[in-house]
Amino acid sequence: MIKDWALLGTVLALLTAATFVGQWLKRQTSLGLEARAVNSFNSRVQAWWFFSIVLGAAFFFPRLTVVLFGLLAFWALREFITLTPTRMGDHRALFWVFFFFTPMQFVLVAYENYPFYSILIPVYAFLFLAARVAISGDYTRFLERVAKIQFGLLVCVYCLSFAPALLFLKCKNMLDDDASANARLLLFFVTIVLFSELLQFICSRLFGKHLIAEPIDTQRTWEGFLGGAGATTVAGIVLYWATPFPHWWQAGAMSLLIAVMASAGALTMAAIKRDRGEVTSGTLIEGHGGVLSRIDALCFAAPVFYHVTGYFFGLSS
Amino acid sequence: MITETLLTWTSRFISGVSVRWVESQPDTCQRVYFANHTSHLDVVLVWSALPTEVRRLTRPIAAKDYWNRGAIRRHLAGVFNAMLIDRTEIKVHQSPVDMMLREIGNTHSLIIFPEGGRTHGEEIGDFKSGLYYLSKKRPELELVPVFINNMNRILPRGEFLPVPLLSSITFGPPIWLEAGEPKIEFLTRAREAVLSLKDN
Repeated sequence: MIKDWALLGTVLALLTAATFVGQWLKRQTSLGLEARAVNSFNSRVQAWWFFSIVLGAAFFFPRLTVVLFGLLAFWALREFITLTPTRMGDHRALFWVFFFFTPMQFVLVAYENYPFYSILIPVYAFLFLAARVAISGDYTRFLERVAKIQFGLLVCVYCLSFAPALLFLKCKNMLDDDASANARLLLFFVTIVLFSELLQFICSRLFGKHLIAEPIDTQRTWEGFLGGAGATTVAGIVLYWATPFPHWWQAGAMSLLIAVMASAGALTMAAIKRDRGEVTSGTLIEGHGGVLSRIDALCFAAPVFYHVTGYFFGLSS
Repeated sequence: MITETLLTWTSRFISGVSVRWVESQPDTCQRVYFANHTSHLDVVLVWSALPTEVRRLTRPIAAKDYWNRGAIRRHLAGVFNAMLIDRTEIKVHQSPVDMMLREIGNTHSLIIFPEGGRTHGEEIGDFKSGLYYLSKKRPELELVPVFINNMNRILPRGEFLPVPLLSSITFGPPIWLEAGEPKIEFLTRAREAVLSLKDN
């Protein structure tokens, strides 16, 4: 109980600090910062506020949190498919994607059916979608179209669903009378993801020299990545008491893993948006690139964090 | 009233629509909104995209052969105050344009889809001449071009199940029929007014 409030308090303090930094940056015109970069920082902070409030609910209503993540996935997927050119022949397949596989995945997560939800999309949806598009009889760019739908479903729905799945992951170190240990694990995970994003952004601004992939992202540098990942590791160690990991260095290592996956996710999604950017320059998706660009890091980090945690610290291992 | 709210919110949810006014403002003055037509939801969407007080004064034109079939469709058409036009039986002395003008009087606005039927994909078909005759008889009516983006992917022709992607509706600056402007030129200009909203 004390740990819950301590973690919530820490997150609140970090958020407040980040908000102040963002507002301060907005007024510093002399630093030569691009307005776009500052706006992107501030919208990240806003997303972080949103997530923290949603996750506050996880302490009391875990199933509600699953539903909220489900809605988030639904919205991200519709943004993704909107960005992706599909043809008339994909229509029926897309209907299944939105109204069957997406809700089904989160229902299974809410009912803790790991054996089923861990393969629903990679096995059943994967094969079904290809067959359903084939039935429609349109073979133009067939593989490309099927792959795009499958990728969207995997990243936006399957990967993201492992974040609320953390609420039901049993670890060796969790005490039986500690009911909110899982809610803390999820809050730790999301906090580290969003914190690493902010830190990488800040480190890129401060020390950035060598861009990772200039054509894709003109902000993301190797220095920012390394500095951000290092600082995130430290943050993870500081928050070690809130996690189910037995040793402080394990909390640090897991945070490092999260930081690496988070920037991989953000870079990948940036590549997709760059590819489609000219076609849909912001008329369909509102507000700094929409939901999709706020959860890209989460999507990549969630399944890896879930499985590594389960493998090393889970009850069954 | 309940059906109206339900209908508005359902269509907004399914189409994820964002509404934008480019060099144009919502107004209760008499107008003719003309839009590209790609889906059955278009009628409801454009109508529900208008602010409530404008919406109350605006009547969409819809095809009688579609909206008069079955009790549900008839009820829906009544909810958004649609004016049903018979596409199959157009008589000389009972022309749709005259009927529209009679119905709107001096207060109501219209939503029309000058392409006639729904078009298949991205491109906008040639406009039917109704818009021209309408403004020839009432040249003071503001003609507001409306571009509906991405709806053809949400509910394409021949499908009955929608896919909830995102779409947008753009209202553009009004145009008028110039004195003595030939029909073809005017219709081309009107079509281009809709097309030009695509990249805004």
